[in-house]
Amino acid sequence: MSSSETALLEIKHLVKHFPLTKGILFRKQVGAVQAVDDLSLSVAEGETVGLVGETGCGKSTVARMLVRLLDPTSGEIRFDGDDLASAKGGDLNTLRREIQIVFQDPYSALNPRKTVGAIIADPLVIHGIGKEGDDRKRMVQELMEQVGLSPEHYNRLPHEFSGGQRQRIGIARALALRPKLIVLDEPVSALDVSIQAQVVNLLSDLQKERDLSYLFVAHDLSVVRHVSDRIAVMYLGKIVEVAPAEEIFEKPIHPYTLALYSAVPKPDPSERTEKPIRLEGDLPSPTDPPSGCRFRTRCPWATDICTKAEPPLVDYGGGHLAACHHPRNVSRVDLESAQIAPASPITASDQMPAVE
Amino acid sequence: MSLLEVDNLRVAFDTEDGRVQAVDGISFSVEKGKTLGIVGESGCGKSVASLTMLGLTRSMNSRIEGRVEFEGRDLLSIPETDLEAIRGNEVSMIFQDPLSSLHPFFKIGHQLSEAVLTHRDVSKGEAAKLAVEMLDLVGIPNAEARSHSYPHEFSGGMRQRVMIAMALINDPKLLIADEPTTALDVTTQAQILGLIDDLQEELGMSMILITHDLGVVAQNADEIAVMYAGQIVERSSVEELFFSPQHPYTWGLLGSIPRIDRSSEEPLIPVTGQPPSLIHPPGGCRFHPRCPYVQEACSTEQPSLETTGGGGTHHSACLLSETERKALWASLEKSPDPASAIAAAELKVARR
Amino acid sequence: MLEYILRRVLWGVAMLFLVSGVIFVIFYLLPSADPATLRAGRQASPDQIERIRESLGLDRPVFIQYVDYMKQIFFHFDFGYSYQYETSVSSLIFDRLGPTASLTFGAAILWLLMGIPIGIISAVRARSLLDRSTMVISLALISAPVFWLGLISLYLFADDIGLIPILPGAGSYEPLSAGPIAWAGPLILPWTVLAAASAAVYARYLRSDMIDVMGEDYIRTARAKGLPERKVVMKHGVRSAITPVITLLGLDIGVLLAGNAILTESVFNIPGVGRLVLDAIDKADLPLIQGVTLFGAFFIVIFNLVVDIAYAYLDPRVRYDDL
Repeated sequence: MSSSETALLEIKHLVKHFPLTKGILFRKQVGAVQAVDDLSLSVAEGETVGLVGETGCGKSTVARMLVRLLDPTSGEIRFDGDDLASAKGGDLNTLRREIQIVFQDPYSALNPRKTVGAIIADPLVIHGIGKEGDDRKRMVQELMEQVGLSPEHYNRLPHEFSGGQRQRIGIARALALRPKLIVLDEPVSALDVSIQAQVVNLLSDLQKERDLSYLFVAHDLSVVRHVSDRIAVMYLGKIVEVAPAEEIFEKPIHPYTLALYSAVPKPDPSERTEKPIRLEGDLPSPTDPPSGCRFRTRCPWATDICTKAEPPLVDYGGGHLAACHHPRNVSRVDLESAQIAPASPITASDQMPAVE
Repeated sequence: MSLLEVDNLRVAFDTEDGRVQAVDGISFSVEKGKTLGIVGESGCGKSVASLTMLGLTRSMNSRIEGRVEFEGRDLLSIPETDLEAIRGNEVSMIFQDPLSSLHPFFKIGHQLSEAVLTHRDVSKGEAAKLAVEMLDLVGIPNAEARSHSYPHEFSGGMRQRVMIAMALINDPKLLIADEPTTALDVTTQAQILGLIDDLQEELGMSMILITHDLGVVAQNADEIAVMYAGQIVERSSVEELFFSPQHPYTWGLLGSIPRIDRSSEEPLIPVTGQPPSLIHPPGGCRFHPRCPYVQEACSTEQPSLETTGGGGTHHSACLLSETERKALWASLEKSPDPASAIAAAELKVARR
Repeated sequence: MLEYILRRVLWGVAMLFLVSGVIFVIFYLLPSADPATLRAGRQASPDQIERIRESLGLDRPVFIQYVDYMKQIFFHFDFGYSYQYETSVSSLIFDRLGPTASLTFGAAILWLLMGIPIGIISAVRARSLLDRSTMVISLALISAPVFWLGLISLYLFADDIGLIPILPGAGSYEPLSAGPIAWAGPLILPWTVLAAASAAVYARYLRSDMIDVMGEDYIRTARAKGLPERKVVMKHGVRSAITPVITLLGLDIGVLLAGNAILTESVFNIPGVGRLVLDAIDKADLPLIQGVTLFGAFFIVIFNLVVDIAYAYLDPRVRYDDL
């Protein structure tokens, strides 16, 4: 699904550095927070790609660049062939209709003084869709019905709704322009489990009905595993592994993915004997990331080469890519057919990994 | 004898909108060296219950009834000064957000030694030394130097370690951990839960682990109480709860969590509707408006927490008969869809 | 930190330049306040006015005048001469600073002594009768005009016109060099009047801060540690709630030193900076107005800086290196 012919969204070598400045009167740049550092990823039509990682890994920065709330430092974001990263003015507006975003906190993302009807109608008004008055009202009420809100609540204010219902309002607003892709930035992490399941199901129903593509950004691996077709794991601004959802946790190749999976407490007391891999220490600073492999400072398998060379993103076949010098769950046979993926960072070395 | 015995605890708050019955008659006990997990969604009363045990909800607007017996003393009726001597000493707490739970203007060494000086007659120097030892024990590197740092200079995981060090510095007999890892990333959560587990074994203390995460209790608790709308609806050993749950709400919870360890083909079966208002809770069983297996009696008769199953340690508050529940679970275990379970158990459900 | 202070000082200087420029433009360009005409008296001939204009250097381009003025300040600390008093503006201001500083700092101590305890107690006993009544009184004090309060206090307690003549009244100011008692006596009424409204503001401000702080998670932690409630309030609570109050204090002192105690100084006839301002405006004494305004701006800039630096010490989370 990652071939460029069918990809709806194609991110190529995307970089976002936030400059750090210093100086008495004139500020000069003394460094940068390397929030996203050479990231390539694609989303096919109708596909859900999960983007996971822990706080500070850069996943939300990616989400915000996709809707151009942030401008990329460099790299390409191709949407249906058009470059979103450099689009301006009218082109950007057209592209913005195609990609919508839903945020984590369903309350702070909604204007408390506007009625729900007006909030959902906003994108229609901005893009001049539908006639003012009854026409738009009908459109909004249809949307409300689709996301499971009762259309009679058109004139209510956000605070009169529960958290789950507010998230439905956010989803309805995102749907208003009939986008092809929705970026979901932690859409269910603020919700209780029973409500979370309602929203997750709503999202997958809408996807089927409207043939939507999702980029699902979240830290909750279980939810991502449930909703995604493919999953990309990020660590310190880089993708360390991408694979089909059913494969990535069954057969993790990167030690970080392995550690993540093992750290998730399983709701099954019979698995208590399996102690999780405990990663040592904290996430290094993104202003001064470790040389070579960024995960090496916390990796139990790190060796000399991990310090010296950045591991390339290697394609192990079947859409399974990983960037590690010492891959797990990989046999010699697997390695023979493996090759460096085009998505591999430009700065990465071309040395293929070895299997002990 | 149990270390802590809670009997029919009720906590209500008077608000502008009316009286909120946050905790409505809960009973449980905690054995020495064991961990009780309390699970439930936001607003179910699990945090209020734990704060009340230490007298931290006492105010002009709260109404507290029942008994909380700790080593034979009723914590609800003893004077404030006696409670102060127990807090942070024999019973400690850690909270969800370690950043907001540490005072931003005091060095962490100071915050730790303050806990020592409050309860023990030692010099400031000794307290400071103890603080450093404790920081070292919870895995803070360069504990001596770091004790002079402020909370904001630590990462989230390190801050929670500091909170744990502070809670354990006086060797408590009971630790109440209120969502201790909810604000943390998953690998950090594994570090912290592992640390708590190690320390619990080393110090032989009991723990109440409050969380919304069924995974966390499955991996860390010995006994579990499931709370819904201020009441305990089910209480049992951890194995019983996951392998033969006896309450429709527990089934609902288990059906609505996505599983990382299973194929994603299984659909999620959410609990329909919203949790009820605690000012005007529904009559009868609190869960009946959302229960797929509701009976005529459920809207009028309040079920009490009764022993179910063989061992005498499994309790459930549901009006369905034990046979009905067994049949329903037998079907749900295979497929979490309530409709097919109703068919399989040949259950007659009351019309809404 | 040092870099931050340096940057702030530089900005402060730039700010003072800007202020001086704006004042210059306002006063020298407004036709209604042509200094030469004002200076020449009522029935001056155009000739006379022109001569005065020349002697004051007012016939030269505004920009040159401004550069000259700034040069004098910069190299000679010379703010020009007051038309009215025929003395240097700087010495006039320095003479008046003593009374104003006496009034300001005394009042500040007084309003802190009143405002802080009331604020804390009201917060801890929020919604009690005590809280409600102090808050009503404070609202009344904030609403009461200073001149009215001043006159009432004189009418009640001044030894010349008061009903209960126990305190020195208006116009009895003595410098500190006359002895502490002679200095403090006449200031008791002005201090109280000036402090009244501020004490009320500080009490309300601290109360609302304190109520917020007492709801913080770290206060719950302090209680969970077993600290006695008194210590929870006085140490953990006050330590957080007092920080914004100190900011407020710095700014208030800066503004008062800049001459903002104008009403109190007038009512009690204290020869301070505020009175000087009033005088200068009344007589269109432009060099003096300009000098006082610049001095005022200087105090405000300085105390803003002091507040920011104090803040960095009080709140360890503030890191100026990163700004």
